Amino acid sequence: MESCNCIDPQVPADDLLMKYQYISDFFIALAYFSIPLELIYFVKKSAVFPYRWVLVQFGAFIVLCGATHLINLWTFRIHSRTVAVVMTTAKVLTAVVSCATALMLVHIIPDLLSVKTRELFLKNKAAELDREVGLIRTQEETGRHVRMLTHEIRSTLDRHTILKTTLVELGRTLALEECALWMPTRTGLELQLSYTLRQQNPVGYNVPINLPVINEVFSSNRAVKISPNCPVARLRPYAGKFMPGPVVAVRVPLLHLSNFQIYDWPEVSTRNYALMVLVLPSDSARQWHVHELELVEVVADQVAVALSHAAILEESTRARDQLMEQNVALDLARREAETAIRARNDFLAVMNHEMRTPMHAVIALSSLLQETDLTAEQRLMVETILKSSNLLATLINDVLDLSRLEDGSLQLEAATFNLHSLFREVLNLIKPVASVKKLSLTSHLASDLPMYVIGDEKRLMQTILNVVGNAVKFSKEGFISITAFVAKPESFRDARIPDFLPVPSDSHFYLRVQVKDSGSGINPQDIPKLFTKFAQNQSLTTRYPAGSGLGLAICRRFVNLMEGHIWIESEGIGKGCTVTFIVKLGIPDRSNDFKLPFVTKVPGNHGSTNFTGLKVLVMDDNGVSRSVTKGLLMHLGCDVTTASSSDECLRAVSLEHGVVFMDVCTGLDGYELAVRIHEKFTKHQDRPLIVALTGNTKKMTKENCMRVGMDGLILKPVSVDKMRGVLSELLERRVLFENV
Amino acid sequence: MEVDQMQRQCLDYTKSLFLEGFLDGQFVQLQQLQDENNPDFVVEVVSLFFEDSERLLNDLTFALDQKSIDFKKVDAHVHQLKGSSSSIGAQRVKNCCIAFRNFCEEQNIDACLSCLQQVKQEYCHVKNKLETLIRLEQQIVAAGGSIPTMEF
Repeated sequence: MESCNCIDPQVPADDLLMKYQYISDFFIALAYFSIPLELIYFVKKSAVFPYRWVLVQFGAFIVLCGATHLINLWTFRIHSRTVAVVMTTAKVLTAVVSCATALMLVHIIPDLLSVKTRELFLKNKAAELDREVGLIRTQEETGRHVRMLTHEIRSTLDRHTILKTTLVELGRTLALEECALWMPTRTGLELQLSYTLRQQNPVGYNVPINLPVINEVFSSNRAVKISPNCPVARLRPYAGKFMPGPVVAVRVPLLHLSNFQIYDWPEVSTRNYALMVLVLPSDSARQWHVHELELVEVVADQVAVALSHAAILEESTRARDQLMEQNVALDLARREAETAIRARNDFLAVMNHEMRTPMHAVIALSSLLQETDLTAEQRLMVETILKSSNLLATLINDVLDLSRLEDGSLQLEAATFNLHSLFREVLNLIKPVASVKKLSLTSHLASDLPMYVIGDEKRLMQTILNVVGNAVKFSKEGFISITAFVAKPESFRDARIPDFLPVPSDSHFYLRVQVKDSGSGINPQDIPKLFTKFAQNQSLTTRYPAGSGLGLAICRRFVNLMEGHIWIESEGIGKGCTVTFIVKLGIPDRSNDFKLPFVTKVPGNHGSTNFTGLKVLVMDDNGVSRSVTKGLLMHLGCDVTTASSSDECLRAVSLEHGVVFMDVCTGLDGYELAVRIHEKFTKHQDRPLIVALTGNTKKMTKENCMRVGMDGLILKPVSVDKMRGVLSELLERRVLFENV
Repeated sequence: MEVDQMQRQCLDYTKSLFLEGFLDGQFVQLQQLQDENNPDFVVEVVSLFFEDSERLLNDLTFALDQKSIDFKKVDAHVHQLKGSSSSIGAQRVKNCCIAFRNFCEEQNIDACLSCLQQVKQEYCHVKNKLETLIRLEQQIVAAGGSIPTMEF
C-alpha cells in the first residue's frame, strides 16, 4: 500500500502534477470499486469456493481503499471539516480491515496452495482408475471369448471340426490375419501344416521339428512371440513387399488316454506337441497384448483336451468295429466248423457201414471156414485170419464209438433191463477165456442190488466186459473177482474223487462195481496214462499184444456219461490190480414202466406171478418147441392145451381160452389161422388174445401180424421171466408188440 | 459116492457144456421150469428132442439123396430142426442149421451136404453130452439129493 500522502496543505499545488494525481486517484478508486464487484459476481457464480468470509473481508478492504482514494479527491482543495472527518474515518476503517485481511491471508494462502496439489493427485488417481477399468473390461471380454471358444470347441467330438472351429473362432475373436496348426507327422521328425484358417486345403508343407524356434515354443507353456520370417510363420506365399504382422506361436499338447491320472492333472510328459501359429494383420499396427496371449494359451489347452476326447472316441469306435468284424469272422468260422463236423459225421456214418460190411463178411466166412475140414496148417492160417479180423472189427468199432463220444454226439439210451442177467451174460462170455487160462472167476452181487434198472444196457455191458476182459488179459494165473453193490454215500469218502458224492434218491442209485485180479499189476506211476487213448503200457505189451489202447478211454467216457467215475488201483508190478467204477442208474417204478405197449426187452414186472386158471392154447408144429412152451406156461400156473396144426387149433379154440400162442415161423399158416379165429369170434367181445411167437426178426413179420389182427408178437427165445411179464402185460393191456 | 461130490461133478459137467458152447441159456430156462409139479420136464423135452431130430435128420438125408433136390422141403426140415434145437438150447446144432439154411437158399448142393454132415456130427455130440448129464442127474436123485442148478 503506497503511503497515502493526504496531509499536504502548505505546498502550492503544481497544476499539472495535481491534475495527474487527480486522474490516477480517480482511476484507482474506480478499479478498487470494480474489483470487488467482479469478485462478488464470480463467487456467486461458482458454488464451490469455500472462503466467502475472506472474500467479504477482501471486498470490504478494497472498497474502503477505493473510498479513501475517492475522498482523497476532495482533499486537494481546501476542504471542510466534514470531509476531513469522513476521510479520517475511511482511513481508519481501511486500516483495520486491511490488517485483518492481512492476518487472515496468512492462514489462507497455504490452504489455497495445497488445493492445487490435491487436484494434481486426484487427476493421477483418476487416470489410474481409468486404466484399471480398461484392463478389467478387456479381461472380461477375453473370458467371454474363451468361454465361447471352449463351448464351440467342446460341442463336437469330431477331430477335424474341433480344429477348424478353433481356428475360425480364434481368427474371429482376435481378428487374425492367418491362423494355422502344424501337426507332427507319424515319424515324429517333422511338422506338417494340417489346418489353416484362410486357405481351404493347405498344401502339406513340412518343417523339421528340430528348429530352434520350435524348440523354444515347445519348451514353454506360454504363447511365444516369434519372428514372422521363420519357416513356421510363412504360411502364405508372400508377394512383393508384403510385410507380415506380428506372429505368436503356442504349443498344443497331444494328450493320450494314459496321460489322465485320477486325482492328478494330466502330466505333459508326452513329447508330442502340435504347433499353433497366429498372425495379426500386417496393416493394423496392432501388437500382441498380454490378455490376447493369455487367451491363446487357454484355448490351446482346451483344444488339447478336446482332441484327446475325440481321439478316445475314435479309438473306441475303431475297437467296436474291429469287434464286430471279429464277430462276423467267428460266426463264419463256427458255421464252417459245424459244416466240417457234419461232413465228418456223414463220412463216418457211411464209412461205418462200408467198413463194417466187408468186415462182417470176412469174420463170418472165416468162422465158417474154421468149422470145415482143414489141414493143421490151413487151420492155423484161418485162426490167424479170424483173430486179426476180430481185432480189426473191434478197432473199427472203438474208433467209431470214440469219435462219436468225443464230439459229444453220443447219447446214452435209457431203457429198463435186468441187471442180474447182465452180469450173468458177462460171466458167460468171459468164463470160456478164463477157464482156458485156468483163472478162477467169481462174482458177487449184493443182495440189495435191484433186479431191474434203467440205463444203457449195451454200453454198461461194454464197460464191464472191457474191464473184466482186461483183467483176464493181464492175468496169467490166479483169480478174477467181480463184486457189485449199491454205493452208499457214508461209506464213500474217497480221497481220489473228493467232489463226488453219490447220493441215491427215489429214482436213482449208484452202482459200484469192483474187478480185482491177481495179475501182473501196474506201476502206480503209469496209472494216469491208462485212460488216455492210444497210450500203451510198454511193459505189458511185450507179452500180451494189447488192443488199440482205446478200451479204457471209451470206458471212462461211458462212465462219465453215466455220471460216474472209474479208477484203477494197483500196488505195483506183479501185485495185481483193482478197477472200480461207479455209475448212476435209474430205478424203474411202476408208473413209468408200462407207459407204452411196446417193450424193448424184459418188461420188468413183479406183478402177478400166478396165472392159475388162465386157459392158454399153444399152436406149434414143432414138437420140442411146443412142449417147451407148454412147460413154460404150466410153470407159471396156466392151464395149457396144445395143438400141432392150424386145423387142430381152430377146433380146440374156444371162448374159455384167454390167450392163443401161435408159432408163425412156418409160412402163412399162422396168419390165416389168426384171420379164421377172428371170423369165429366176430360177434363176441371176449375172444381170446392172439399172440404170435416167432424167432423171425423181420420187420415184415410184425406188420403182417398187425395186419391180420393179432394182438401181440413175441420173439423167441422166451424165458420164464419174460413170459411172466408178457402175460401180465397182455392181461392188462390186451396188446403187446415186441420191438423187432 | 457122496451126494455133494456127485452134485459138484454134475455142476462141473454142466458148466463145461456151457463153456464149450454145446448148450446155451435156453437150457437153463428149461431147468428152471422143472419143479415139483413137473419133475421130469427136462428129461421129457430132451427125449422129444432126440426123437424129433433123428426123424428130421433121416428125412434130410433122404431128401438130399434125390436126383433133383427139393430145396424147399430141405429148408422146411432144417427150419424145424433149428426150431427144436433152439428151444432146447442146443447152440451148436442151431448154428449149423442157420448156415444150412443159407446154403439151401443158394441151392448149393455140395455145401448142403457138408452141412448135413456137420449137423449130424453136432447132434451126436450133444446127444451124448445130454445123455451123460441126465444119467448124472438121475444118479443124484436116486441117492436122495437134488439136482444142482446153475448159479451165476
